[in-house]
Amino acid sequence: MNEKKVTLTIDGIQVVARADATIMEAAEIAGLCIPRLCYHSRLSEAGACRVCIVEVEGMKNFVPSCCTRVAEGMVVRTNSPDLLKARRDIVELLLDNHPEDCQTCARNGDCELQTLAQQFGIRERLYQGERKHFPVDISSASIVRDPDKCILCGKCVRVCSEIQGVNALSFSHRGFRTNVGPAFDLPAAESVCVNCGQCTLFCPTGALTERDDTEKVWQALSDPSKVVVVQIAPAVRVALGEPFGFQPGTDLTGQTVAALRRLGFDRVFDTQFSADLTIMEEAHELLHRLAHGGKLPMFTSCSPAWIKFCEHFHPDFLENLSTCKSPQQMMGALIKTYYARKQGLEAASIYSVSIMPCTAKKFEAARPEMKASSFQDVDAVLTTRELARMIKQAGLKFSELKPEEFDDPLGESTGAATIFGVTGGVLEAALRTAYEAATGKELERVDFNQVRGFEGIREAEIDLDGTRIKVAVVHGLANTHRLLTEIRAGQRHYHFVEVMTCPGGCLGGGGQPRPPQGTEPLDRSFYQKRAAGIYTIDSRKIIRQSHKNPQIKQIYAEFLGTPLGEKSHHLLHTHYHHRTPKGFASIREEIFNL
Amino acid sequence: MKKNRLDTAEAGVSLTSLSEFIDRARPLRNAQSLLMGTLHHTQELFEYIPREAVELISEKLNLPTAHIYGMITFYNYFSLKPRPAYQIHVCKGTACYVSGGSRVLERLKQELKIDVGEVTPDGLFGLNVTRCLGCCGLAPVMQVNEDVYVRVVPERLPAILNSYRQKGIRGKASTRVGAFEHPGQSRYDNKRQATGRRR
Repeated sequence: MNEKKVTLTIDGIQVVARADATIMEAAEIAGLCIPRLCYHSRLSEAGACRVCIVEVEGMKNFVPSCCTRVAEGMVVRTNSPDLLKARRDIVELLLDNHPEDCQTCARNGDCELQTLAQQFGIRERLYQGERKHFPVDISSASIVRDPDKCILCGKCVRVCSEIQGVNALSFSHRGFRTNVGPAFDLPAAESVCVNCGQCTLFCPTGALTERDDTEKVWQALSDPSKVVVVQIAPAVRVALGEPFGFQPGTDLTGQTVAALRRLGFDRVFDTQFSADLTIMEEAHELLHRLAHGGKLPMFTSCSPAWIKFCEHFHPDFLENLSTCKSPQQMMGALIKTYYARKQGLEAASIYSVSIMPCTAKKFEAARPEMKASSFQDVDAVLTTRELARMIKQAGLKFSELKPEEFDDPLGESTGAATIFGVTGGVLEAALRTAYEAATGKELERVDFNQVRGFEGIREAEIDLDGTRIKVAVVHGLANTHRLLTEIRAGQRHYHFVEVMTCPGGCLGGGGQPRPPQGTEPLDRSFYQKRAAGIYTIDSRKIIRQSHKNPQIKQIYAEFLGTPLGEKSHHLLHTHYHHRTPKGFASIREEIFNL
Repeated sequence: MKKNRLDTAEAGVSLTSLSEFIDRARPLRNAQSLLMGTLHHTQELFEYIPREAVELISEKLNLPTAHIYGMITFYNYFSLKPRPAYQIHVCKGTACYVSGGSRVLERLKQELKIDVGEVTPDGLFGLNVTRCLGCCGLAPVMQVNEDVYVRVVPERLPAILNSYRQKGIRGKASTRVGAFEHPGQSRYDNKRQATGRRR
């Protein structure tokens, strides 16, 4: 990093900035937020949209402030009348090649292009020219891509490549025919796309959105022959409040349960219960692999986009994946078997919905392997954003709801399950149980602070009463690709690795509410608030270790038998397979730390 | 119709040759700067860029296919579809246009039953429009591969097309561009050599 400083003037204010800073960064110091579309502080500079142009004294043309460096004595103006007019023209030209369907667009009210048009006072469409027309790609179970709404800012291409390393998207063709999409213009379902949905967080318009399954769920809710059961993932409860004006990280578990009952769900269960179950199975699987010379390192398997990434990009590591299903699928399998039997319900009459921070969960639920109950175990998956939309559609005053409790018997959970929502949490939860299962001793402190944090790759050594095991935590798939490459090359050695696809873990999932205006996705302090919410819920729980959950003990006693037993094998474990097309990820030069 | 996918043994040989080419070039440069030359070489080998070749390049250079696809589609020079044996270019520059170039084009569309930018189902002819071939005094002009036809009237077209039908796919003149293999050679020399060559 360049430590040299320069002094420049922005709108008459003297600013001291790093010599390698851009004008946009320097303007932030002066308390100015220059309008922008294609810029993101954690992605490479594109200079594609030209919305952030500024006037620099002595330069003939306006320059894009996002990719122009500051210089000593530079005099910058960010809001002269000519400049404002030029910016407005640029946005008008973007609008010219954009559908006029704001009212019926998924991003209505939450669209950066719309906001700019509003801020710039664009009240009529002056330019009317030819418009591009491409088919909408609805092939993916998770993500819908409507190229007509794309303004070619390239943020999705960059996040897919630079943060996730997947490179499913690229610009193709040129000029007026330029389009963003997978190789060979194939449908997303036939590409290496892993459905992580980070592109849906970065897209400034409605070109990339989650597949909307709310209609399906409303149908089921109004069907009297169906018992509609719902489960909520850990990371949802600390983010669902954001669209209703709550601070990120506010614990709204009880309000969420109440809202779901008002919407008409017959039973409300907690994915955290099955997260506890996942820990029982996964911790024992780890101990089994350690004791019997199984494939190591063992990778966690809760993150479905990571699973698909492994299947496309690193098939030689498939045997290293834990065979445990994700908590969503464990819950799905139990609802239509254990719970149905207990309540005397027909599995066929149960409609199982899950609320997830994740777009890839939609794909996971639709995988053909996920039919342990001999029905589709989970019938519909809604993201946090979709649930917020349903609550608004129903006219519920979310902030005024009285907190309610989950239903029994799949609603009880421990602190270990809550932290599944944050990077490092699954590993920590597994250690809390594996330690006691391996040593027979009580843990004095259940917090494993060494695996917490937002660094891209973290490692620790854990002493299981004499046996030292090396563990690692990784989040973001570009980081994961790097870690796997180094493990393969023999440069890194671990026994157990937690992988979460999205930076920050599930709390930063592709299905979470988009940060409010002025806050970027991947904003560290924003994500830290969600993480703090999760750790607070954990620390307030009386029981913080999965194996001490009384309902977990009960389900093993009356239904499952033992962890890794035959019933578990059938209902709670799965297998993976090599997928085509084979993916090739490029290595990021340095580790991405949130 | 020739498919966009390879199926012949000949193609397998070309893929092996492409693979060897990349292995030879790999130590010289980084993957990114090697891509352009590799794509040129691929198009020379197959006369278009088949998907199998893209997949092979992706694996060998460790570059994502989406990225390679972006590169291919950016440049007009690269084709993802098999090229016709005889590519017809009809000039619609000003001089040719006023002296009946569009009537020539219409007649060709009728005769070949294809539109501009398409290839006949037998893979023999492709139809394209060009803006100027540089001999406006001889308008209207059309070019079939390397052969230039001047003062074309629509009535002459069936006979011209038949002469190529008789030669068939195997009789076509090579349109190879050797710029990558022989960087010292000019495009002109290369063309002149190529015109005489029959495969």
